[in-house]
Amino acid sequence: MEKYIFYILSVIIIVFAVASVSSRKMLRSVIYLLFVLCGIAGIYFLIDYNFLAAIQLTVYAGGIIVLIIFSVLLVHHIEMELEMAKVSRKILTGLLCLLGLAVFLYTIYNNDFNVVENQVTTTTYDIGAKLLSYDAGGFILPFEVISLLLLASMIGAIVIAKGRKLNDKNNEAL
Amino acid sequence: MIAGISIYEILTVTSILFFIGIYGFITRKNLISVLISIELILNASVVNFVVINKYLYPDMLQGVIFAIFIIAVAAAETALAVSIIINLYRQISSVEVKDTEIMKY
Repeated sequence: MEKYIFYILSVIIIVFAVASVSSRKMLRSVIYLLFVLCGIAGIYFLIDYNFLAAIQLTVYAGGIIVLIIFSVLLVHHIEMELEMAKVSRKILTGLLCLLGLAVFLYTIYNNDFNVVENQVTTTTYDIGAKLLSYDAGGFILPFEVISLLLLASMIGAIVIAKGRKLNDKNNEAL
Repeated sequence: MIAGISIYEILTVTSILFFIGIYGFITRKNLISVLISIELILNASVVNFVVINKYLYPDMLQGVIFAIFIIAVAAAETALAVSIIINLYRQISSVEVKDTEIMKY
């Protein structure tokens, strides 16, 4: 049963990823990306990482997609069609990507993975304890650094998006 | 782990996703489309971290925690990129890659 769910999810992911990079309407391309992200959240549910799936749904599907949709609405006309690359260039890029994919798959299928058969369930308690532990192998320092990074990027985004208009007004006032 | 699915099949799916992202990154001419392709590439790598953690080292949590950190960094990166795109649109009224020649302040 889980096998077929995985195959359905992978077909959804790959089809919508292709649609997302080849659609000529901007907004549709973003919505296709939303389907890809939901499919990946489904894979996390399948391998029993519920917390990660919840993060994927809230941060990606809830946050990043809304942010990108806002920027599309601020920047584009809805019906505007995107300019596409030349056909020769597309074919060349596609061939190069297929070549890279072949190299990747050759390497993966020739590698002997040491798979451990298991049905371990990871609880949110374990993840939280690991994130906040200060023993050897704990992750408290990266956790704090990430919080600083988020604060810095928030302030930076506000400052950059505010633009220069306010500065000009200030200069006139001075 | 998923019953009846080997690690090879999941890695195949993520490799395909990664190269679809690279294809979009090279062929699209619009800054927001490039951002979408970057999201695809990042997601493929995050799934790899999680899957290798689950299949090879089920008692560890490093892969999951790295995945959380990658998602946080991706969110920060997207917020900054969107603000840069909006600012650029105000100044040159375009978000095409070929028009962005004056990013230097």
